[in-house]
Amino acid sequence: MKVKGTYKRSDIWLAFWLIIPTLIAIGITAFYPLGQTLYDSFFRWSLRPGFEREFLGFQNYVNLFQDPRFLRSLWNTVYFTFFSVLIEFLLGLGTALILNADFKLRGLVRAAVLIPWAIPTAVSSQMWKWMYNDQYGVISLMLYNLGILEEGTPILGTPGMAMSAIIAVDVWKTTPFVALLLLAGLQIIPNELYEAARIDGASIWKQFTSITLPVLRPTIGVTLIFRTLDALRVFDIVYIMTQGAVGTETLAVYNRSLLMDNIFSPRGLFGYGSALSVVIFLIIGLFTIIYMRSLNIKLD
Amino acid sequence: MRWGMRAKRNTQRTILYILVILMVIFYIFPFYWAIKSSFTADQYLFTKNITLWPQGFTFENYIKVFTERPFGLNILNSIIVAGATTIFSIIVGSFAAYAIARLKIPGKGPLMLLILAVSMFPQVSILGGLFQLLRNLGLINTYPGLIIPYIALNLPLTTWILQNFFRELPKEIEESAYIDGCSKFETLWRIVLPLSAPGLVTTGLLAFIQAWNEFLFALTFMQTPAKYTVPVAIAMFTGKTFYEVPWGQLMAASVIVTMPLVILVLVFQNRIVQGLTAGSVKG
Repeated sequence: MKVKGTYKRSDIWLAFWLIIPTLIAIGITAFYPLGQTLYDSFFRWSLRPGFEREFLGFQNYVNLFQDPRFLRSLWNTVYFTFFSVLIEFLLGLGTALILNADFKLRGLVRAAVLIPWAIPTAVSSQMWKWMYNDQYGVISLMLYNLGILEEGTPILGTPGMAMSAIIAVDVWKTTPFVALLLLAGLQIIPNELYEAARIDGASIWKQFTSITLPVLRPTIGVTLIFRTLDALRVFDIVYIMTQGAVGTETLAVYNRSLLMDNIFSPRGLFGYGSALSVVIFLIIGLFTIIYMRSLNIKLD
Repeated sequence: MRWGMRAKRNTQRTILYILVILMVIFYIFPFYWAIKSSFTADQYLFTKNITLWPQGFTFENYIKVFTERPFGLNILNSIIVAGATTIFSIIVGSFAAYAIARLKIPGKGPLMLLILAVSMFPQVSILGGLFQLLRNLGLINTYPGLIIPYIALNLPLTTWILQNFFRELPKEIEESAYIDGCSKFETLWRIVLPLSAPGLVTTGLLAFIQAWNEFLFALTFMQTPAKYTVPVAIAMFTGKTFYEVPWGQLMAASVIVTMPLVILVLVFQNRIVQGLTAGSVKG
């Protein structure tokens, strides 16, 4: 512990002036709206002019957990998160291992891999929506020709299939990011380790399980938790591909619909939507705490 | 080298190259397909014969995107919003980052935690509160109504990455400037910031991409097509009737907004990777 006397007054003042703009910015546009949302969640009310706030206590929260649409969107979010993170991890690891090998044009290939990450999600969602088009989409046509799908099946209109299709887009878009994080972890492994293992006659698989995986473990942890936090918030892809239809509605999509589609509704659903906002915040918050703990981030 | 080992190595090489090719196809194909579709005339686009090259090559979709809808305006909106966000979050973020990286002050840990916590906020959780705030301030459907929240969203990333960069600068240069009579703020402004230009570029790039790609706030706070940013314009793309989507035009629009990003990524590839892994914050 430092004693207060060791700090210089002038440093503290300068730091104060340097940090205050950031604190004001995040205070006004992040913490204040969060507080407002928490407050609203205890009322029945909407932005309809003249709508009287009615204090409900925790009633909105009680109702939420009896709302089948909420429970379904919670399940959909968990399902989406589990499969997209799992597939992204496996594909990302594969990509990172390939990028870590020595081959011609490696720099160019690495840049090419980064492209899906840079494309706005809204844009990539539309690109894929066109490929999924039931009449002329290239993916649909290929699946018909391979006999996997019956002709004319709308991929994004069929329960089950729609969610898989959405997961595929997320996998395409996000695997590059996963691969890059894992690649950074791979590159700190000294080559001598592998050479020694080769001399001992260890197979490639053996080298992978006894050198690569253990060294990579912390990076894998960071990556998985990052992706989980992000997947739990998924909005863009689902909203654009299906608007939450055919069993694809996630928490964020339901939440926005509660808040914005009913914003001036006489039913006063803005408070109810705020309760869902708080629940989503708590879910993510829980994961964040686990994340900070397991990463052991140093913040000095 | 024995023949058997050599053959084995050759097989390994071949497998590696096959994997590389498959991988590149996987990551590139959807983008290629958008380019191909954007240059295809409608009568060939809506057919069940798939060809790898555009049939009836045409620029018509590109022309129509700008003449039949306010897409030029949408691009301008995105440039203004993402540009202003980048500039402000770099300035504000670099100040905070310098204080955290270089000044001896109490409570640094909790402070950093507070700033980083914002990057964990699910955007939808503050949507309702933010909407009311912007509405009360009369900022719905205006540029500041989007820029201000975007700055806050970007600050955790910029502060975190920049403080990493500042820590890596040699301390001696700052100390000698300080001895020469520069105040600490002058040292920051005249010495530290110019020296960390590469870091500022990387951070700015990530902030720009993040603001350019943001969808939920833009969708909610920008309510007329003339004010839409690019992602919203693309998501709301419809034809003359609701059910008829002009896919050729939509793909042309997609290619137009993606090209600059792809070029940025190809040019600044190394820096972006560096920034992403240093910050480990998703853009």
